[in-house]
Amino acid sequence: MAKGIWIIVEQRNLQIRKVSLELLSQGRKIADQTGEPLVAVVLGQGIDGLAQTLAEGGADKVILVDDAKLADYTTGAYTSVLNKLISKDEPTAVLMGNTAVGKDLAPRLAQRLGVGLASDCTGMEIDATNFLSFKRPIYAGKAFAHLSSNVRPILATIRPNTFAVEAPVAGRQAEVSKEAAEIDASDLVAILKEVAIAASKRPELTEANVIVSGGRGMKGPENYNILEDLADVIGAAVGASRAAVDSGWKEHKFQVGQTGKTVAPTLYIACGISGAIQHLAGMGSSKFIVAINKDPEANIFNVADYGIVGDLFEVVPLLTEEFKKLVNE
Amino acid sequence: MNIVVFIKQTFDTEAKIVLDANGQIDANGVNLIINPYDEYAIEEGIRLKEKFGGEVTVVTMGGARAQEAIRTALAMGIDKGVLISDPALENTDECAKAEILAKAISQIPYDVILVGRIAIDDGASQIAVRLAEALKIPSVSSVLKLEVAGTQATATREIDGGTELIEVSFPAVITAQKGLNDPRYPSVAGIMKAKKKPLQTLTLADLGLNAGDLSLKMNVDKYTLPNARQGGRKIAGDAAQAANELARLLREEAKVL
Repeated sequence: MAKGIWIIVEQRNLQIRKVSLELLSQGRKIADQTGEPLVAVVLGQGIDGLAQTLAEGGADKVILVDDAKLADYTTGAYTSVLNKLISKDEPTAVLMGNTAVGKDLAPRLAQRLGVGLASDCTGMEIDATNFLSFKRPIYAGKAFAHLSSNVRPILATIRPNTFAVEAPVAGRQAEVSKEAAEIDASDLVAILKEVAIAASKRPELTEANVIVSGGRGMKGPENYNILEDLADVIGAAVGASRAAVDSGWKEHKFQVGQTGKTVAPTLYIACGISGAIQHLAGMGSSKFIVAINKDPEANIFNVADYGIVGDLFEVVPLLTEEFKKLVNE
Repeated sequence: MNIVVFIKQTFDTEAKIVLDANGQIDANGVNLIINPYDEYAIEEGIRLKEKFGGEVTVVTMGGARAQEAIRTALAMGIDKGVLISDPALENTDECAKAEILAKAISQIPYDVILVGRIAIDDGASQIAVRLAEALKIPSVSSVLKLEVAGTQATATREIDGGTELIEVSFPAVITAQKGLNDPRYPSVAGIMKAKKKPLQTLTLADLGLNAGDLSLKMNVDKYTLPNARQGGRKIAGDAAQAANELARLLREEAKVL
């Protein structure tokens, strides 16, 4: 009896994270192949309204665990609740996004269950035994490891932007099951005091479809406004190279590369970035790469689909105007 | 305060990855460094000791070359080193490594265990949190700021698009994110002193374990290398022409705008 593929759905303030919808779409395809039910599991408070979205996104069954203690993510409470659910229902695979929550929750849950975890995966497929195997970048994308396990369930966190979100099927129904949260005092040893989300109109770097990134060629923090202007027109995130971060021009949370964030947007626009190997490791799996650099020999041109050899301070504002025309068409 | 810092020796960030004849990652000729995120853990450990007294122990797993990483940590100001070294470690996964590490660290008094939030080689980000679970203690991931008062700590942790403030009681595992501190360089005096600091090597047998006990929960079937990306076209013309042509290509050819 097939026991199901579970997607641990991440919500923040009752907004489902995009990566969860990506997993639901891809999970649907896999469940259809293996003949297993696809189960969406949501923890939170006041989450009833999410069930229909998850049904239309592809879930056969939605498990809701609604409790005030689960309103915000905490390691202890979430691990405890999921450990009990998984131990009871014994799914074959448990998937979640490789987000701040996923990175903290999945290893803790895997160790408690005594199972393997494939983290930060960029591929999954059905192998000869009709079971999931995973592909994950190592050395920040300079190589890949291909993983499988004989131990059930297999846990995996999947990198955001790996899979597309399919159009929801309006009116699609799923069985909805409400489970009580059994949370002990011992699950609440680390106490969340405060959550501060920086106000930003931009998408999160790892989830963005388009990233405009600036390196040493930006010459100083005051010049990033030309990238911000470009990003505004197309709803892009703004990133930076290690050189720019080490120079103190941008905070580390904006750094793309082996010692920063690994990103895979549809379009990556590298401005004044030479293309050091550790930077390429962080953005090399972008679908399209554009490079703007005044040095025709810059390494970034070896990976760029489109390159402009020129002064970025001249080219970028012109590009912003061109993008405006396209957007207004 | 007793502090344990778990570190990993990794390839240099500029290292090119090649596979050997058996399809394994080839470490030959590669420059090895302390995982950059572990340097923040080391620095934080030394600072906690400077403030509260006590002892800082660095623990790592690996072969003989990993001694270099320990010596560097000792030169920065760590008091002593433990190297867990055993041929059987080659064929273990994160689950087993966390159990082995928990066993080793249980023999050292600890109030806090500091670890880099991710190792830049396998990038799995699992061992620190799994270790906390194996020791049945709390953990806070990706910490940007740590304030300690007695056995209580307040940690600012990075989340997607913001931060969280978390209160936790020691003992606990803290994983270090860039920004936590500025790691010091080893001084010449530190390097001299490091040579005399204790460095203990432990095998699985020393920990009361044998390789047969370590069942694999995850198998690496193979390693592959990405297809080399080909450079595309350079767009000619002056800046205005190039910008216009690029916008057209992105819309009509790449279809991404």
